[in-house]
Amino acid sequence: MQICRVVGTVVATQKHRKLEGAKLMLVQPLTLDDQPRGTTLLAIDSVGAGIGEKVLVVIEGKAAGDALGKKAAAVDAAIIGIVDAVEVGA
Amino acid sequence: MQLARVLGEVVSTMKDANLIGIKLLVLQPLAAGGEAAGRTLVALDSVGAGVGEHVFFVRGREAAFPFYPAEPPTDAAVIGIVDHWDLE
Repeated sequence: MQICRVVGTVVATQKHRKLEGAKLMLVQPLTLDDQPRGTTLLAIDSVGAGIGEKVLVVIEGKAAGDALGKKAAAVDAAIIGIVDAVEVGA
Repeated sequence: MQLARVLGEVVSTMKDANLIGIKLLVLQPLAAGGEAAGRTLVALDSVGAGVGEHVFFVRGREAAFPFYPAEPPTDAAVIGIVDHWDLE
């Protein structure tokens, strides 16, 4: 899973029926010191995340489908948690 | 599977119901020589690993298997704590 920041939402009226009802967010992967890393990606949101929040994103098809609650949905990334804190030890 | 060092933990209150009770670890993957190799990531803990320990982890759909019959949505899981490793 990657720690990301929610940077936007995506609205798409016409989409595959398996994606109906799915909330699509744009997320930016972060390094441990909160710097952007790599390109933004689209993830479905199953936990009610909002713009600006730090979230946990799973990047794997089966897990993303589970998070969406649908079998064989064409998704490959999902927000599965909102990060309260990252505690990095010594 | 890959070697990694546990750098920290992630605290998340609002999360997928299938993740409740499972520890989230921040990992730094390691090369065989012990040096950092690649991006840090967050993985589920299935063995009771803690910060500073060397572990090995699995990526992909198989990462949910240690929690069977539960199916937490994950793409990485720590499945062993490394006592030591040796290179020829």
